[in-house]
Amino acid sequence: MPENSNHISEQPVNVEKIKQILDVNNGARVRTWLNICASCGLCAESCFFYLAKDKDPKVSPAYKFKTTLGEMYKKKGNVDREFLKKCYDILWGECTTCKRCSMYCPFGIDIATMISTARTVCWSQGVFPEGLARTLTNYRETGNQMGTSKEDFIETCEWMAEEFEDEIKGITIPIDRPGAKYMYTVNPREPVYYPQDLGMAAQIFTVAGEDWTMPSSGWDCTNLPMFAGDRALAGEVVRRMYDKALELGAEKILITECGHAYRSAAFEGPYLAGYPDGKPPIEIVHSVQLLYQYLRDGRISIDPDKRIEEPVTYQDPCNVSRNGGLWEEGRKIIEYLAKDFRDMSPNREHNHCCGGGGGFIPMGSEFKSRRMVSGKIKAEQIKATGAKIVITPCHNCFDQITDLNEEYDLGVKVSSLKEIICEQMIIPDHLKPE
Amino acid sequence: MYKFYEILTGPGLWIAFIVFIGGLILRLTYLFALSREKDKVFYNHMSLSWGLRSIGHWLIPLGSASMRNQPVFGLVFYVFHICLLGVPIFLCAHNVLWDEAFGISLWSMPDKWADVLTVVFMGTVVFLFIRRLARPEVRILTSFWDYFLLVLTLLPFLTGFLAYHQWGPYEIVLILHIFSAEILLIVIPFSKLGHVILFFFTRAFIGFEMGGRRKARAW
Repeated sequence: MPENSNHISEQPVNVEKIKQILDVNNGARVRTWLNICASCGLCAESCFFYLAKDKDPKVSPAYKFKTTLGEMYKKKGNVDREFLKKCYDILWGECTTCKRCSMYCPFGIDIATMISTARTVCWSQGVFPEGLARTLTNYRETGNQMGTSKEDFIETCEWMAEEFEDEIKGITIPIDRPGAKYMYTVNPREPVYYPQDLGMAAQIFTVAGEDWTMPSSGWDCTNLPMFAGDRALAGEVVRRMYDKALELGAEKILITECGHAYRSAAFEGPYLAGYPDGKPPIEIVHSVQLLYQYLRDGRISIDPDKRIEEPVTYQDPCNVSRNGGLWEEGRKIIEYLAKDFRDMSPNREHNHCCGGGGGFIPMGSEFKSRRMVSGKIKAEQIKATGAKIVITPCHNCFDQITDLNEEYDLGVKVSSLKEIICEQMIIPDHLKPE
Repeated sequence: MYKFYEILTGPGLWIAFIVFIGGLILRLTYLFALSREKDKVFYNHMSLSWGLRSIGHWLIPLGSASMRNQPVFGLVFYVFHICLLGVPIFLCAHNVLWDEAFGISLWSMPDKWADVLTVVFMGTVVFLFIRRLARPEVRILTSFWDYFLLVLTLLPFLTGFLAYHQWGPYEIVLILHIFSAEILLIVIPFSKLGHVILFFFTRAFIGFEMGGRRKARAW
């Protein structure tokens, strides 16, 4: 029990509010799912939490949704704080909403969606991880999860453009340029902790001759309120991004190498932001798609002498592969970059979550030890490939595998696609500084 | 005793079939109306091919990764369903009754086959029952109702088998046979056994959700 999460309010439970949330979500799907689950248990082995916790039956997906959302409906919302605290443990500590179990369920019961609904119920009573709570304040006040000011963001972009002037002539990071083909959105982790990520993106776009811009607001494509259960704020966050792109007249929104940002922008965001047809108002493109196109179409060429000799594996982020349908792009990119590619098993849409998704990484130290336990499956998968380099187009996977690397002594280097492409791409003569 | 038999095969049978079919229609209509209001996501990403593929991979033996993870269960589960549907529909004795009552009948299988398939079916029920008890992740999810429904599904087959071989008190066994089958039919629309029809909708939905929307497979 997370005794130390002092923000969990001790107020009496607002049953009316819970009833309201349950009622809004009590559609044909939820009713059917809760009723027809045949308790066959097939979902259990699809869940990496279950596998990592020595097949503890209480960690099977069916048990998790039955004891959380199932109970809430059974009790018609009349639950107490003790119950909500128990739910807290399950909803955030034992599920990353990776959606793998719904593929393994004979009925295709969408357990992740039910877990998300239960998270919303808990959030409405102030029961949710403190790490996420902090980011919600930032989103509300500054429009991004780390509370970066507009000035700081623009300054970082300018700094990065200057930083790489010596390598690529005329490199810029355009801000708010109207009518660009791509409005590039990032994870605040990039400007704040890894500004070179912005520089790398700028290098690639410059070499590819891309028509792009960064927005001065709505540049944060992450959506942690979506994982915290705060659907109104989640909608607002994604709407800011859509609106900015529409205002700038951008043709498409490009998402950085981040998994859940793609899930938010392309799939869940439209509903959260109130688009009744469930489709984003503007086309959403993930970095793996664009980077692959660059290589395929020869807009970026790789120096064959720089291709990686060491064994390489690819971590499919849940929200890019299984929940994004983009599992081939990353593999095709790696064909250009590395000589010895070794896939994990299982892979593609069947790959296991790294254990850092669903808000787990930003949930902070309270959850770190759990992350290391549940990451066991990923660590074993990586170890079995014998790879020395793990490439992943997702910041959460990156951080989680970096932590697992230390915890399980994997001896690997974790990398984004951008980083390797930057190391290996040929700078055309006209872009070489004199 | 005969009077009881007459009630069960007369009005009893009518009631059972009407409740079975009417109940399923009622449940579907209710869910359909509700979904138009609250499940727009079901309709927004509809895709015939993704829906059919999502269903199809669960209709063929070991057609999904999940089944292949537990191949023995996967096959038993498959045989269970085939026998459950096939034996009563294609049983000669049942078709004779249809023929007598309405002058219509389907192809019927030789009695020998039906006999073997019934034994196989009862074997699969025993397997499923033991699996529920033996595997902790299944046991923890299983309620009394799950065991009850499994036994209820077994009863018409067990009594049919005994009646065919004329083992035990024939009349009582036959009455139990008809009675348990009628109860089963009546229970189907209002229990998790509604998956007889709802399976197609939930599986189609995850096909739409993963495929229609994300071009990703869901099996």
